[in-house]
Amino acid sequence: MNEFPLLTLVIWLPIVGGIVVLASGEKSPSISKWTALFFAAITFLLSIGLWIGFDSNTAQMQFVERSAWIPTFNVEYYLGVDGISMPLIVLTTFITIFVIVAGWEVITYKPAQYMAAFLIMNGIMVGVFSALDGILFYVFWEAMLIPMFIIIGVWGGPNRVYATIKFFLYTFLGSVFMLVALIYMYFQSGSFSILDFQEMQLGITAQTLIFLAFLLAFAVKVPMFPVHTWLPDAHVEAPTGGSVILAAIMLKIGGYGFLRFSMPITPDASASLTWLIVALSLIAILYIGFVALVQQDMKKLIAYSSIAHMGFVTLGFFIVFTIAQNPALSSGSIMGIEGGMVQMISHGFISGALFLCVGVLYDRVHSREIADYGGVINTMPWYGAFVVFFAMANAGLPGTSGFVGEFMVILATFRADFWWAVLAAMTLILAAAFTLWMVKRVIFGEVKNDKVAALKDIDQRETFNLAVLAVAVLALGIWPAPLVNVMHTTVENLVVQVTTCKLPSSERSDCVLTHSEPIVAIPND
Amino acid sequence: MQFDVANLIAILPEIAVLITACLVLVVDLYLQDKNKDVNHTLTLVGLIIAIALTGAVGGGERQIFFDGNLIQDGISDLLKGAILVVSVLGFIYARPWLKDRDMLVGEFYVLGLFAVLGMLVMVSANSFLTVYLGLELQALSLYALVAFDRESKKGAEAAMKYFVLGALGSGMLLYGISMLYGATGSVEFGAVAQAVSEEGMANEVLVFGIVFLVIGIGFKFGAVPFHMWVPDIYEGAPTPAVLILGSAPKIAAFALATRMLVDGLQELHADWQGMLLILAVLSMGLGNLVAIAQSNIKRMLAYSTISHVGFIFLGLLAGSTQGYASAMFYAIVYALMAAGAFGILLILSRKGFDAETLEDLKGLNDRDAWYAAMMTIIMFSMAGVPPTVGFMAKLLVLEAVIRIDLLWLALVAVFFSVIGAFYYLRVIKFIYFDRAVLNAPALVTTGGVRVAMTFNGLILLMLGLFPTALLSLCQSAFI
Repeated sequence: MNEFPLLTLVIWLPIVGGIVVLASGEKSPSISKWTALFFAAITFLLSIGLWIGFDSNTAQMQFVERSAWIPTFNVEYYLGVDGISMPLIVLTTFITIFVIVAGWEVITYKPAQYMAAFLIMNGIMVGVFSALDGILFYVFWEAMLIPMFIIIGVWGGPNRVYATIKFFLYTFLGSVFMLVALIYMYFQSGSFSILDFQEMQLGITAQTLIFLAFLLAFAVKVPMFPVHTWLPDAHVEAPTGGSVILAAIMLKIGGYGFLRFSMPITPDASASLTWLIVALSLIAILYIGFVALVQQDMKKLIAYSSIAHMGFVTLGFFIVFTIAQNPALSSGSIMGIEGGMVQMISHGFISGALFLCVGVLYDRVHSREIADYGGVINTMPWYGAFVVFFAMANAGLPGTSGFVGEFMVILATFRADFWWAVLAAMTLILAAAFTLWMVKRVIFGEVKNDKVAALKDIDQRETFNLAVLAVAVLALGIWPAPLVNVMHTTVENLVVQVTTCKLPSSERSDCVLTHSEPIVAIPND
Repeated sequence: MQFDVANLIAILPEIAVLITACLVLVVDLYLQDKNKDVNHTLTLVGLIIAIALTGAVGGGERQIFFDGNLIQDGISDLLKGAILVVSVLGFIYARPWLKDRDMLVGEFYVLGLFAVLGMLVMVSANSFLTVYLGLELQALSLYALVAFDRESKKGAEAAMKYFVLGALGSGMLLYGISMLYGATGSVEFGAVAQAVSEEGMANEVLVFGIVFLVIGIGFKFGAVPFHMWVPDIYEGAPTPAVLILGSAPKIAAFALATRMLVDGLQELHADWQGMLLILAVLSMGLGNLVAIAQSNIKRMLAYSTISHVGFIFLGLLAGSTQGYASAMFYAIVYALMAAGAFGILLILSRKGFDAETLEDLKGLNDRDAWYAAMMTIIMFSMAGVPPTVGFMAKLLVLEAVIRIDLLWLALVAVFFSVIGAFYYLRVIKFIYFDRAVLNAPALVTTGGVRVAMTFNGLILLMLGLFPTALLSLCQSAFI
């Protein structure tokens, strides 16, 4: 429907921008910074075009671009967005701006390379969200590791080498099995198109193996217990910008993977393994919540809190399969997925903002230990106000975006199982406990030492960052309707997809999903 | 035997390389020490002419020359081109190193050119005898190249090892060839293939002969368990010699394997598939695991070679057109990556200093950001991370393997490539995450080296983004 290759532009413009910034060299940092900001801003404006031009009445892919890439293997350059990926793309381009601004004065070692890495990263992440071809998705998915690996390794903290290699290898290990699964599915369906994968019928054994291969890839990314251990390391060692991108976008890519691959392609295996995902999600919410409580390092605390919040996302997605077995409650499944999606977007804002907050203190004092602070509000009143606000949002205070997603997921979980919902609701207490306790120790109280006494309040640049994010958190919290509307049709269609039995006719008797008839493939034009 | 001028036209690239070698041999005698650069220029001109001739002569139908001894087809055209291009890169990278050490003498170029000539003969061989001739010409030149620095004891030791083990490998190969000759009554691939299809598998001598052939191939590739020579020679030989023997000869070894196993013995695929499978799994496993323990980067790259050979074998053992094409793609890409990696080591070396340990790469990003970026591309490509071509090569091989329902083998392969990723990442760690040692002298390079390295690095990226051109060449070669 759209002749203008908007998606291509949103992917490649920042990458080209990154190369331009790299080429500008380290001779004049301010030129490279402004160039980087320019490209990031243009990319964001273009991605707004995606939102404006988006038709929320259809579940079809929009802004589709399709051309041959490797014809011998039917690999295509196939892009498109629906209501799930489009908001995530806008989130990506939005957050990148703050990352660039946040590194403005802090990064003194090779700033051009730093900015370029984030710009390239931006393009690649948009590529991940918009790829509709399995191999293209995989290429973007893996390529994303390269800039992140270098960002953590070059501009990270003292233990950065360990953290970044761990980060890379964990993700790499998870994703190579996904590659094998993709190739296997290619031989089953005859193409690498993700939409073709979704219409394919597979036996339960193949589905289970594919599901596990995907689970490994996405669980590492989300991250889910017990493969979450790379995240605290990576977050602690990464520079502020790196932590923000990790928490705000990269974790979402795991959640997105579940929605795009695992659930629609292997619904029967997903249904039979729902107990596993729900168990891991609840462990993430509860156990990791307690782990967060005892952290001494602010970044680590927020990292663990991210894991707990992402547990909500996976819980919201997978209770669909429990609800689906009771046809009377089908609206609950839509709420679960939408709640998970809202939670992802909102967590993007909140965790990003919290990492920026920690970055503000770290830039001044060069410590992330909670024990090194106390009474910051006395010297930095504006900063203190922002931290308290974002902490409240993290704890899920009504009126902030953190509340909406959690509320929807808990509500949906009640339809699936009362006790799961009770356990999940524990997070409201836990999240409040670990964030507010941190705020109490860092922000309030007497001025603890000379360093805190000498602190200067946030400057214009930092205020801009935090204020814009605060507005976003509030807006999404008070009026989430635009976001929910944009994804609603897509999610409805997704629920039909994931509740449709995809077993071949020989195994049809084993179907537990409601729509046991196979979907009739819509013939292509 | 009728003499036919058409025969000569087909081997014009070989003739060009031969003439260049002889020319350098003679011209070098009359050159004063300060003019030794002429050798270099002559060699490059000769190779470039050979590339042009390959392009001009190639592309036609499959033809057989010299009474069935030589062949010209898609495989030979593409592989010849690749060998020549990689060799050009190799000679360019080697020049500053040689110059710094007053070794810019004719012998290096003559030996190198004869090695290239041997590879070209292997690539276009259509009989066991021609393959063997080419192989020996290449091998003898390389033995001498390894001992090229006559002051170096390590080099002499490496050359001796290389010679003894290489001779052993050649012996095995020759023994296998003699058995095949005994069983089929011919050394020409076409005739052998025909005899095999008539006699079938009943002939035990035939299968026994294949065992020796595969051992010989294993030796020449450096596949486990015939890999013992690889790390020692990579470590001991002077880096320019390693560059030349570690890059293009892999393409030639691939030609050796395809010519013999595919052209001659495709019918017995079921027999050699199992043997290659064992070699492949062992190579990927041992290569990747042992590479982790290396602190000498030349040794590390040697073990990395071994693991890549495992991947090339995976493509070969698939036994399909797709599989052969993917192995060919992999071999060519690997040769380019190896040339680039050793090229960087040569750039880091200077008079009186050879870059040999991982530590020597420290802070390359501070010293020269461009070379750091190129080396990073090469390393990510070796690790198989998109968007570099190393990923595409692995993808194609995996696709061929899954196509024949060896899913477990694909899983083993990806598992070991994750292990392998670790030591490539470590190289990048030294380049980017560590600061240069104090007083590290600035890198002195020539414009030629910079252009060649830029080409080398960027082509790995471009082929990763647009693999179709090379891939379709590889595939049409086997149809």
